[in-house]
Amino acid sequence: MSLLDIRNLRIALNGAWDAEVVKGLDLSIERGQTMCLVGESGSGKSLTALATMGLLPPALKSVAGSITLKGENLLEAAPARLRDLRATSMSMIFQEPMTALNPVARVGQQIEEVLEFHSDLSQSARRSRVKEMMEAVHLPDVDKMYASFPHQLSGGQRQRIMIAMALIMRPQLLIADEPTTALDVTTQAQILSLIRELREDQGSAVLFITHDMGVVSEIADDVTVLKLGEMMETQAIDDLLRRPQTDYTRDLLRSVPSQVPRPPRDGQSNEVVLSTDNLSKTYSGGGWFSKSREVKAAQDVSISLIKGRTLGIVGESGSGKTTVARCIMRLIDPTSGKINVGGTDIAMLSQKEVKPQRKKIQIVFQDPMRSLNPRIEIGQSIIEGPLNYGTPRDAAMTRARELLELVGLPASAVDRFPHQFSGGQRQRIAIARALAMDPDVLVADEAVSALDVSVQAQVLDLLAELQDRLGLGILFITHDLGVAAQICDDVLVMQHGRVVEYGRAGQVLGAPQQDYTKTLIKAAPGRHWDFANFRPFAEAAE
Amino acid sequence: MFGYIVQRILAAIPVMGFVALFVFLLLRLTPGDPAAILAGDTATPEQLEAIRESLGLNDPIFTQFFRWVGQLLQGDFGTSILSGKPVIELIGDRMEPTISLALTTIILSVTIAVPLGVVAAWKQGTLIDRFVMLLSVLGFSVPVFVIGYLMISLFSMELKWFPVQGFRPIGEGLGDFLHRIALPTFTLTLLYIALIARITRTSMLEILGDDYVRTARAKGLPESRVLMRHALRNCSVPIITVIGIGFALIISGVVVTESVFNLPGLGRLTVDAVLSRDYPVIQAVILLASLIYVVINLLIDIAYVLLDPRIRYT
Repeated sequence: MSLLDIRNLRIALNGAWDAEVVKGLDLSIERGQTMCLVGESGSGKSLTALATMGLLPPALKSVAGSITLKGENLLEAAPARLRDLRATSMSMIFQEPMTALNPVARVGQQIEEVLEFHSDLSQSARRSRVKEMMEAVHLPDVDKMYASFPHQLSGGQRQRIMIAMALIMRPQLLIADEPTTALDVTTQAQILSLIRELREDQGSAVLFITHDMGVVSEIADDVTVLKLGEMMETQAIDDLLRRPQTDYTRDLLRSVPSQVPRPPRDGQSNEVVLSTDNLSKTYSGGGWFSKSREVKAAQDVSISLIKGRTLGIVGESGSGKTTVARCIMRLIDPTSGKINVGGTDIAMLSQKEVKPQRKKIQIVFQDPMRSLNPRIEIGQSIIEGPLNYGTPRDAAMTRARELLELVGLPASAVDRFPHQFSGGQRQRIAIARALAMDPDVLVADEAVSALDVSVQAQVLDLLAELQDRLGLGILFITHDLGVAAQICDDVLVMQHGRVVEYGRAGQVLGAPQQDYTKTLIKAAPGRHWDFANFRPFAEAAE
Repeated sequence: MFGYIVQRILAAIPVMGFVALFVFLLLRLTPGDPAAILAGDTATPEQLEAIRESLGLNDPIFTQFFRWVGQLLQGDFGTSILSGKPVIELIGDRMEPTISLALTTIILSVTIAVPLGVVAAWKQGTLIDRFVMLLSVLGFSVPVFVIGYLMISLFSMELKWFPVQGFRPIGEGLGDFLHRIALPTFTLTLLYIALIARITRTSMLEILGDDYVRTARAKGLPESRVLMRHALRNCSVPIITVIGIGFALIISGVVVTESVFNLPGLGRLTVDAVLSRDYPVIQAVILLASLIYVVINLLIDIAYVLLDPRIRYT
């Protein structure tokens, strides 16, 4: 008998059975196995996990089918019984370890709380058990860490705390909902190997939810693919990657950015549209009673971007890549250095003097939901910039309609509000908004990171097409080496505010010279698989 | 932490300085001559002049201000024109009823309002939630004096459970004290229950959707623990803010309640002083009220740091 057996699971919003969000899911996991539940946003993968834990939000309490854990149907269990099973028989870890931990309680106590309610241990026994568990997830200096608050830990440490909390009662089932999505690649690699290690130690089963095929290829035994609440297919990992049964899975695999750098493009132009010279940004803080602190967020960054080309800045969180982008945009003031935009050094100009230069350089942000004003029609958002520079309203609106068509949306969409669009469409709008200023340079700050892979592929195609047509120079900030490899001509690797390596993409990503770059490339999940061709790279070479 | 507190106290000094200057100028610039009030209707111009000279009213206004501040710093708040008693003594006598009423009101309000708000948020949309919201609309919309007179007519005149008015210091027996302060406390409490229950409900609703509340449930904790330790603790900052401001408002705004229940508190003192242009008393009361606001704000800020480890001031 399987440890977890889900049969014909259906979940409806507010009891509306004609609008189901999970439509008849079958899934079973054996002890010691990892089942990956894969799908894009809206596929119902997280809801399946929450239904198993009995944690669905009230609007989604309409559930049919069965979820059987060790022979017991969880959908029929009383709330008190579910509480007993949580943490002892099934546990869950979440995507964002910062928000998933209580910010005002010490992390050690948050773990200990589990023992307080699920064991008879004395307080001192509980405490030493917690510390053992913290050691088991390889946290350093556990005595000190026990008394820390979540904001004092790094993202990886916080996720380790979550894992310790989930596994301290040795549950047979661990549900991991995108546990590494919010983490840097090197941290992600560590957390994945930790989950693998604990699964082997404790013999538990893992239900691993992710949208990232690279991660799937690293950790899964079996894979179930979901699309809009419907089950596409279930296969063992190797079969799925080699012989996907459905078009959807094939498309999903083809959308995964390849880790192989793009071939170099012939230079028809050498016109530099953007360059920086020893750009630095130092944050200094301190007060009356505390020592002043200096944080060097970016140091001596020199780049040059050629018309019609893409320069990628890659790095993990805190590497300073976004600081560089914001300095270049003059959203923050650089401490020293030069920023040349179309022959003018804008680094030290006043905000008033910068204004005429802003037309030449525009930015697209990561989260298209938050970067568009939700209460303004998108047409208004698009023409706001041109109006500021004196374009008549009618002319600007005509241009906005053209731009929407250019980015693949109907011209009539100008009257609609951001919430009426999907994430990918919103990012197209954000790009149209940037293009409304006719810039020479487009800065894309993690512009595809919040999107599903299939949508991400479409937006990347759009950017490439616009670049060809308009001769844009694109400065592309990303943490994803696959994306960087796919679209960048040149790549700059940053760490702790410094430039580690800078050169042609083929050089930096194909034959890296620096250890840090090598580490990053090695940590990227799924680098052995050529997803688009349904085979490992090793076989392709044969 | 210590440095932060010192810094905040230092920052309060200029605030108090501005308040003092404002109070001083306000009274000097309003029409009316204290000397004339002191001297009475039958005074000759020579007598008036003599009084002005003795009060220092003929000195340049700056000299007067700094002399007054100098006296304040030595704890000398002047003498009441009306009663001839030192102002500090008058205020001291009147502090106890006001502070007592403020404390009983806040304690009772918090005890009732916070659990109500928590339950309302937890059971959002149910009858309990609607009842709490209805209660809070009532508390906000019915004026304090109406509630006061209703209470008196019901509990004092009809049921004869409580005395109509008056105050007994706590030193003369807790039972007597509570018996007499009960009605004014109930009267004021309704408004503060409405305020605190509402802010608790709103903050809790926001927090209950947070990820760490889901984590707490995923750990298999009982709901009481999820609500109190994980949710309520995280919305303590807005709740404490409202409680603090509420406390300051009671102290500086109990005029109506004190009049209705005939309590000899600060509110009554202020009204009497204003009606008879008793400048030294008015000055002192305004200064005291500002001081209370400043101190309460300081306490609120310190509470933030204690309640939320993420808040660190430099």
